[in-house]
This record gives sequence, structure tokens and C-alpha cells, in this order.
Amino acid sequence: MAEYNGIMTYCEIIDGKLPSITKEVLGCGRKLADDLGQELCTVLVGSDVGSLAQEAIALGADKVYVVDDPLLKEYQTDAYVSVMEKVVKQVMPQILILGQTSVGRDLAPMLAFRLDTTATLDCVGLAIDPDTKLLLRTKPVYGGNGLATFTCESYPQIATVRDKVMPTPEPVSKPGEVITIDAGLDPSAIRARLLKRVKEEEAGVRLEDAQVIISGGRGIGSAEGFNQLQELAALLKGAVGASRPACDNRWIAPNRQVGITGKIVSPDLYIAIALSGSIQHLSGCAQSRSIVAINTDPEAFIFKQADFGVVGDWKKVLPAFRDKLKELLPG
Amino acid sequence: MRIIVCIKQVPDPQASSSGTKVDVEAKRVIMPQGTPPVMNPYDENALEVALKIKDAHGARITVISAGRNLAKPVLRKSLASGADDLILLEDNAFEQLDSYATAHLLAAAIREIGEYDLILCGRQAADTDAGQVGSGIAEILKIPCITAACKVELSDGKVRVERVVSDGSEIFEAPLPAVVTASSEVGELRYPKLKDLQAAQKMPITTRNAQALGVDVSKLQRLNLVRLSAPQGRKSECQFIEGETPEEAGANLALKLREAQLL
Repeated sequence: MAEYNGIMTYCEIIDGKLPSITKEVLGCGRKLADDLGQELCTVLVGSDVGSLAQEAIALGADKVYVVDDPLLKEYQTDAYVSVMEKVVKQVMPQILILGQTSVGRDLAPMLAFRLDTTATLDCVGLAIDPDTKLLLRTKPVYGGNGLATFTCESYPQIATVRDKVMPTPEPVSKPGEVITIDAGLDPSAIRARLLKRVKEEEAGVRLEDAQVIISGGRGIGSAEGFNQLQELAALLKGAVGASRPACDNRWIAPNRQVGITGKIVSPDLYIAIALSGSIQHLSGCAQSRSIVAINTDPEAFIFKQADFGVVGDWKKVLPAFRDKLKELLPG
Repeated sequence: MRIIVCIKQVPDPQASSSGTKVDVEAKRVIMPQGTPPVMNPYDENALEVALKIKDAHGARITVISAGRNLAKPVLRKSLASGADDLILLEDNAFEQLDSYATAHLLAAAIREIGEYDLILCGRQAADTDAGQVGSGIAEILKIPCITAACKVELSDGKVRVERVVSDGSEIFEAPLPAVVTASSEVGELRYPKLKDLQAAQKMPITTRNAQALGVDVSKLQRLNLVRLSAPQGRKSECQFIEGETPEEAGANLALKLREAQLL
């Protein structure tokens, strides 16, 4: 497969900027490219996105392919898969890396099947096998109970990486090339059409960026219960998170879910309330600097992961905790 | 309206996490003893979507499952819940199927059925967490796919899907036939009645092996499992904060977190 060469990353754009996951993916790609002694390129797809190319170069890319088309303004699977198929067939990278984001988990599998190869999603480690030079793709399986490393001999080797696992590279001043590729999109190729996007405005701090997270589980029992968590989050300038059962019950918006199928967070302080701590959930918050658990069940799995714990009914513990904090906190 | 639901059998993910072990030599995750096989929870969500459509519009629901040594009583629960047919793709060669092989197998079976309007899958399986089979089937059958659905509606030959994304939600619409993968937000699978469970044990099911499907799975496996290890857990020792009353414990927790300079 000598014709395949180089590492490619997908340069996801959120609100006209390169989010941290995109930077982490670039950093990871840079390292793999250096290990293989090959080039790193990245692909910017969207409408009016060319101005981000220099930033991608500063973050490690040797080449930036820009696919700019008004039809690409919003992410739609069919359009983006077509465009990425075209770019990959033209550039022929050995490896393609994306972020495990809402876009990455949708785009990577379909693109992989389109290219008749296979992707590995949600990787927490990517490396080059010294003997075979294949991409070693390490990902949690069984909800996080095992860590599996796969290889795949069909090219390109595609993987998505989990948020907040790879280091963020520092921008450096270095040369790089910007190459434009025509999208050449036939609008009729877009079969599944986006009718509406609703952006949920998060009051206060974004969950992904919060330094303090107050997270509630099944034991919170109601949307009203989550209001109390919201109040505590506001006091601590933090954000509210939730377990999957709490989201499934619609006590809180689904995009507040922390865990494998939700968001990966790494705050300084994660306060888990009435939340048993399934391994799926813990996978999303295990990187928190400190974890505090409040739960009635002393055997709850969350206590095995926590640094501080209170065994008791959150309805009684939480108001007293909040009032005491009001007293103790400056201002 | 013909709906196909793809269901994977997995070890019950509700089984205690602390009892799960990793056999590094055999490259297998060993579940605690007595962990029963169940239908993958996200696939149950997909089946519930199909049943809601059947309730509203009428539909014939065909469930397909692929694997080796499938637990028929477990998969028959789909019939008890309201599915009309159950097709098992069973062969000794179907043991550790990767996403590529699974999608090709299921697509082969779906092509054999020939007639389908909507194909539903779970967004990912609770054991491999691969999250690709739905997209793969769509791509192989050259039909559109909408992933991670939290709401699914049908009208005028189209499927309208609300999906959860990290900063809000999206509504997509695709012409039928299409593939939709279900997220847990669509709702849990209804409980079948006892008499339906009993009746389902006697309903006929169809079984197809690799030869009947005309597939050579060894040519369809793409992933090699190189290594399996136990994850490094968080290194922590929980310090329990106590008090005479829960309220006092709460106040003491605040004091402790201040003292530890965490707040």
C-alpha cells in the first residue's frame, strides 16, 4: 500500500473557531506523523472557514486542505461524507483522525464504510506499532471495564479520539501550505437533510469548560430537584451535569449527560449527587481532580472512585452544604 | 410499512462493574458469574421506536440478530414485545464479529428480505461500544442514515428524526428507506405481558447460517484485537465526612472542601 502516505486530521470547527478537541486531534496527529516520519495534513470543511488555516498550521499541520462551499455551512452527514471521501481519495493518507464529538461519531463510521475500511471510535490512545507500522487504536470496551487495542490493515486507518485525553499543542510559528479543494457537491447527494438546529444556550459556564460540576443521578427524582443543583452550581460558578437515567427521564436537557454517550469532563471538583456511578458514567468524569459523592447507599460504586463522601439523603445534606458554603465563601 | 430492527445480544451491562475481570491472555472481558445475556439496551430502544410506529401507523416488524450460540429465549422477548418475525443469523463463524463484518452480514440478510422501509439499530452496543453498524448497513445498502435519535416520526414516506448533539439538538429528515440509530432518550422498551412472553417461546423463528447467506465472514473481519488490558481506575480512597445528622454532615463537607482548598 505504498501509495498511501501521511497523517490526516479532520479539523472540526465549532462556532467559527477551532475547539480544544480539534487542537488535541492535531497534536495527536503531529506526534504520529513525527513517529512515522511523514507529513501531517488537516482538512477544514465548511463555509467561509479558510481563515482558520493559519491557526491549524501553527498547531502542527504541514498542509491544510480547505473545502469551502455554502452547502457546507451546517454539518450534514451526506454532504460531509461526500466531501471527505473526495479529499481522502485525492490525498490518500495512511491515517485519518477525528475527534469523538457529535460530528465525529456520525461522520467517521459512514466515511469508513464509504471507503471500504473500518474506524475505531472513542480512542484514548493512538500509537504506531514499531514492527508493523500500523496504527494501534486503544479504546475502552464493556463500558470502560476493559481497554482494547486494535489494528486494521485496510487503509486509511480511521480513528476518533476521546475529548480531553490528548494534550493540547502550543501554537508555534512555522511554515505550512494551504490547498483549496472544490467541494463539487451535488445537492441531490444530500439525502438526510437538516431541517433545524436548536442551540441550547447554557446559562453561565459550559459543562465542558466548568471547573466545578454538580452532577445529579437517578436519585434526584425530578426536574425540581435539578433546580436545587442548578442553584448550587450558580453559587460555585460551575455547571450542572447528569447521569444517563436522569437525562432519559427528561429532568434535565440530554446534552448535560456526562459519560461515554455524553460528555467527557475534567473539572477540578466533581460533586456527584444521588448518582450510583455506573462505569459508563465514571468514564466521563474519572479525570476530575477531585470527586465528592453524596449518596444514601454506602455501597454505591461512586464511593470507590470518590475522594470525599457523605452517606445520606441529598435532600437533607445539600441545603446544609449550600448554606454553610454561603457562609464560608468570600463575597 | 416494513421495519427491520437489528438486535445484538450482550452480557447484561447492569451487572456489577466491580466483579468484571479482564483475561489478558485470552484477550477477553470476563463478566461476573451468572451475568445473563440480554438484548443490547440501545437495540431495545430501537425496538421501542419500531413498536411506537406500529402502534401509530401499523407495520410489520422483523428483528434480526447475528452471533454464535444466541440465547433464543432472550431474543424472543422482541416477539413478546410486539415484533412479528425473528431472524437469527447463527454460525460458529459468527463469534467475535467486528462492526465491518456485522454490518455486511446484517445487510446481506436485509437484502434477502428485500422489502424494507425503515431499518432501526441501537446507537452502539454495550459490550464493544463500537457505534458503527447502523451507519455501515446504510452505506452498504446505499440508503441514508440518521444517528443518535432521541425522537423518530414518520410522515409522507419520510422519517423525521430529532438527534441530541453536544450543544443542543437537530432535526433531520430523510426519504425512506433509511436507517436510524436510537439513543436511550427515545424511551425504554415496554414490558411484555407474561402471556405474550409465553406465547413468544412457541412462535416460529428463522435461522440462517453463513452458507445460506452466502457470506464468508473470515474475509469480512477487518479489526485485529492486539491486546486487552484492565483499565487503570482512579486512585482514590474515599474519606467519609460524618455528622450527627445529615444536615451536619453537609455542613462538615463544606468545611472540609474549604479546608482542602477545593472551593
